[in-house]
Amino acid sequence: MTLEFTEAEEAFRLEAREWLAAHNPGRLPSMDTAEGAAAHREWERTLASGRWSVVTWPEAYGGRDASLTEWVIFEEEYYLAGAPTRISQNGISLLAPIIFGHGTEAQKERYLRDMTDGTLVWAQAWSEPEAGSDLASLRATATQVEGGWRLNGQKTWSSRAPFADRGFGLFRSDPSAERHRGLTYFLFPLDADGVTVRPIDQLDGTPGFAEIFFDDVFVPDDDVLGGVGDGWKVAMSTAGNERGLSLRSPGRFCAAADRLLDLWQADPQPHLRDQVVDAWIGAEAYRLYTWGTVTHVEAGGSVGAEGSINKLWWSDLDLSLHETALSLLGADAELAGRWVDDYLFSLSGPIYAGTNQIQRNIVAERVLGLPRGGR
Amino acid sequence: MRFGRTPEQHAFSEALDDLLGAADVPAASRAWATGDHSAGLKLWQRLAELGVTGLLVSEEDGGLSASAVDLTVAFERLGYHGVPGPWIESVAVAPRLLPGTPDAELLARLASGEALVSVAPGTRALDADVAERTYALGATLRRAEPGAERTSVDPTRRLFEVTAGEEIATIDPAPALDFGTLACSAQLLGAGLRLLDDSVAYVKQRTQFGRPIGEFQAVKHLLADVRVALDFAAPLVHNAAVELDAEAPTAARAVSAAKVATGDAAYLASRTALQVHGAIGYTREFDLSLWILKVRALVGAWGTPAEHRARILESLVEAR
Ligand SMILES: Cc1cc2nc3c(=O)[nH]c(=O)nc-3n(C[C@H](O)[C@H](O)[C@H](O)COP(=O)(O)OP(=O)(O)OC[C@H]3O[C@@H](n4cnc5c(N)ncnc54)[C@H](O)[C@@H]3O)c2cc1C
Repeated sequence: MTLEFTEAEEAFRLEAREWLAAHNPGRLPSMDTAEGAAAHREWERTLASGRWSVVTWPEAYGGRDASLTEWVIFEEEYYLAGAPTRISQNGISLLAPIIFGHGTEAQKERYLRDMTDGTLVWAQAWSEPEAGSDLASLRATATQVEGGWRLNGQKTWSSRAPFADRGFGLFRSDPSAERHRGLTYFLFPLDADGVTVRPIDQLDGTPGFAEIFFDDVFVPDDDVLGGVGDGWKVAMSTAGNERGLSLRSPGRFCAAADRLLDLWQADPQPHLRDQVVDAWIGAEAYRLYTWGTVTHVEAGGSVGAEGSINKLWWSDLDLSLHETALSLLGADAELAGRWVDDYLFSLSGPIYAGTNQIQRNIVAERVLGLPRGGR
Repeated sequence: MRFGRTPEQHAFSEALDDLLGAADVPAASRAWATGDHSAGLKLWQRLAELGVTGLLVSEEDGGLSASAVDLTVAFERLGYHGVPGPWIESVAVAPRLLPGTPDAELLARLASGEALVSVAPGTRALDADVAERTYALGATLRRAEPGAERTSVDPTRRLFEVTAGEEIATIDPAPALDFGTLACSAQLLGAGLRLLDDSVAYVKQRTQFGRPIGEFQAVKHLLADVRVALDFAAPLVHNAAVELDAEAPTAARAVSAAKVATGDAAYLASRTALQVHGAIGYTREFDLSLWILKVRALVGAWGTPAEHRARILESLVEAR
């Protein structure tokens, strides 16, 4: 390792490593089961008690004011330790940046703390049955009433919703406006009157996402996030988080590539050698690309449509790495276990957070500057 | 700067672009392919004035004692502009081979751009006909006699069989080979970037069915994939250079990863460039051919992808 770190950064790494070694519970039951969700919430509480749940946040909200570099260091250590995936991810990575950027002081007080220790687990309610890739065509409505709004309609594919507490999402508040305008961002409880959550089993058999039905659900004005009619703008300011750095830290893929090497060593099959090496190269490229991004951002740069380049890479890498693992396992690849679980999850990568076709459109148009249209 | 180029390196890259963008490099390449070296050697001199030929030569010998990262900055641009000649051999490899040998006296003239040398990492040496001296690099360093010419898929690469002669030094060839491989990776990356740029420009301007073909999603998605592949190959090249500079124990593995990734990405760029250009891309006359053929040749030069993958796996397994 020749990427150089300061003494303080090395100390931070060591502190994280030691804390994780002492507290990491290892693999927990799937967070998309009642038992697993409870165990994952418990883990979030433990993380928060060590102030490791949101390291980059201000100390006032339970963070450590850590730099981006320290965040990546922490994530490297986290996955190296084999610590559990985070049930709080939607809240911490997708919602919190919006609350920090667009929320009121009251919203910060009300929601940020409870997000850091698993007290409030959030679900993202963007997609609808008729609005997937074409998200701006969404139809769920918000109608203004005394003191707030009434939500109606249906959302779908909301990850974590079966065991979550609250949701965040876009509703059409002005049906007469142009389709990207007239949308407003709302926060709402999943147990409110008029909300029905219907879990949907995913390919792996667990209810990893859900449909959410809204029947005249009242939401006070306080739970409008950002301005009325500004929902699209606010939402797009975090779409990049989902595709880019924040959800997919490189540590995760480096750890998976490492386990793939274990598998190879246990039974080296010459015809799969190149695929094993390519998985390692892919993870290494992702790690280094991330350091390039961190360097760029810390020097004052920003990440825009490049988040789509990132998403294409990690989703393809994740899938091909797991396909290689199954090839190595041979006939045993059909047997339930971690490789099959992770493989099934990797299958969804090219679909969620905007499909890879949509990401390619973004790269072609906004990074390469090719003409729009021709859909 | 934790992991990126310095402002000086950006400026160096731009200076090379200014020089090479104004020169007619394709014409020099086409002449080089026929054995007419005059335009190519003129370019050699002008690049020498910018310091390219002296990058790895020590300051005492009139060079710049520059870093491997600087070397990759230069070779990426040489690849981008398709500059012909034994650049890897003279600029990236020889300065790592000759110090301490009886031929060290060549270093100053290498740095100034007066002398060109060729080095055969296997049985063939590139452009031995313009090289003042040719070496064979095996377990030891030997002078070599160029023999029969062999035709490369890339006509600007003039290859000669060599017969190894007198041994001039007992050396470990590995570090010099790694520098050659690194330079080759950077050249591949540059060639890939050029193929992508030319493709993007072409699909914006070529119309079919009443629209620029760059509006068609099938075309867009091909080019987006090239961009992704190149963007993720680049940090591997940078890292390999950083590790070579630091003499990190994993440097050889990092070099191999860079070679595999840049070979794959540049090859994808060349296949895609050919496809989106249609038949015009399949002609020798059109300059795109210079890069398409160069990439095919460089993918197998300085270690094949299979050899480098094997080396990576060996190192990973050893480290456990
Ligand atoms: C595991 C998982 C978790 C998810 N979690 C959430 C969540 O928490 N919250 C949430 O809101 N949503 C979530 N989603 C939904 C996800 O965002 C959508 O599935 C995705 O945006 C695609 O929409 P769609 O499924 O309706 O597919 P469609 O939009 O119907 O697309 C079907 C196919 O057509 C292609 N296509 C569509 N339009 C174009 C075009 N213009 N050009 C080229 N191809 C096109 C798509 O790429 C795709 O291949 C999740 C999905 C999965 C699989």
